[in-house]
Amino acid sequence: MGIISRGFGGRRRESLPGLPPGQYLTHDFPVLSAGPTPRIPLDKWKFTIATETGEKHTWDWKEFTALPAEEFTVDIHCVTKWSKLGTTWKGVALDTLFEDVESAADYTMAHSYGGYTTNVPLDDLLDGKAWLVYEFDGEPLHPEHGGPVRLLVPHLYFWKSAKWVNGLQMINDDEPGFWEAGGYHMYGDPWREQRYQGD
Amino acid sequence: MKNRISWRVATVSSARWETASARTLVLDVPDWPGHLPGQHIDVRLTAEDGYSAQRSYSIASAWPGSLEITVQRLADGEVSPYLTDEVQPGDQIELRGPVGGWFVWRSSSPAPVLLIAGGSGVVPLMSMIRARGDARGRQPFRLIYSVRTPEDAAYADELRRRVRDDPGLDVHFVYTRKAPEGAGTPKRIDVAAINSHGWPPDFQPDCYVCGPTGFVETAADILVALGHDPKRIRTERFGGA
Repeated sequence: MGIISRGFGGRRRESLPGLPPGQYLTHDFPVLSAGPTPRIPLDKWKFTIATETGEKHTWDWKEFTALPAEEFTVDIHCVTKWSKLGTTWKGVALDTLFEDVESAADYTMAHSYGGYTTNVPLDDLLDGKAWLVYEFDGEPLHPEHGGPVRLLVPHLYFWKSAKWVNGLQMINDDEPGFWEAGGYHMYGDPWREQRYQGD
Repeated sequence: MKNRISWRVATVSSARWETASARTLVLDVPDWPGHLPGQHIDVRLTAEDGYSAQRSYSIASAWPGSLEITVQRLADGEVSPYLTDEVQPGDQIELRGPVGGWFVWRSSSPAPVLLIAGGSGVVPLMSMIRARGDARGRQPFRLIYSVRTPEDAAYADELRRRVRDDPGLDVHFVYTRKAPEGAGTPKRIDVAAINSHGWPPDFQPDCYVCGPTGFVETAADILVALGHDPKRIRTERFGGA
């Protein structure tokens, strides 16, 4: 326990089972990005999985939205301390996209329109743990929130859920992405409060 | 490779009001490693029963110098009202940092700089202005600062003094609710304001935009539409809770 701040009582919110340590509940949907919001026309949109051997699997918008999609409800947790519980999305499970991908690499680097990157272990994308989503709350995903398509890895801090995602590069050794290179944690488990390097 | 960013105990050495609802805390941390303008700290408050809450606050001051944050009171906030209304010089809080390596300005960069602030988004930009002043930087700086009324402008006297003494710094206020005499009709930030008071894109300025989400979206979209390279536009948004 830290030092006591004289006179601080806090909000005395009831503790919620879905709320990781150090997080507070929000009902709106804050936006955090490092730069301007890219606008990507759907007829230009593409998503590519590139393996460590250089093999590429690419989907355009029509091919992507023809894949079996799931609607699901999850909690999301931002490293800036807000959590949003029970958010509903529609998207394609990464399991579906990886069906025909042969790779021995253990890590991936997600790439986005606009240049953003973030690293995620492959195990954290498979077995129903991650999706490429294109609807939030029954509506097309707004550009502010990463539309047309963002990665969604709800069990990690939200910076891992790359907005405007356009590819996954398989890599043999873990490498830092954009925020990770700036001192944020390589993995980012909200339940272990892995905010910064060394946490 | 950085080591773990550890929690430190800070003593509030003094405090001052910047506006009726924004207060600057000067924090004394004996082993503070220093910071870059634009970085932030995480503050942790702990109640007597062990309940604790953390929030991030932008650093307002330049280093070498002091460690200062300016906190805007949020009516429904949990931490900010404590920091604006309760905490007194001599009190201790925990903090860690500095954090953030993206939304920062380095005095070694020669590029002109355009700062666009919405409300308390001015805090990290003020740190940049102060750092440039301390370094006697010659990079031309322009700040476009959107506030509701003249009374809502933080650092107003200091900005006026700096503009008076430094031909390389310009400040333009955008008033959204109530403008002072002679400043025209209140309006939100728009293409004309950014076009007239920013830098042309071919000057290749580094742009820093900080404020509430809607404000940052608008300002960053305008910069892109005016032809600024998105890679030179850095944003920091707050809002929500």
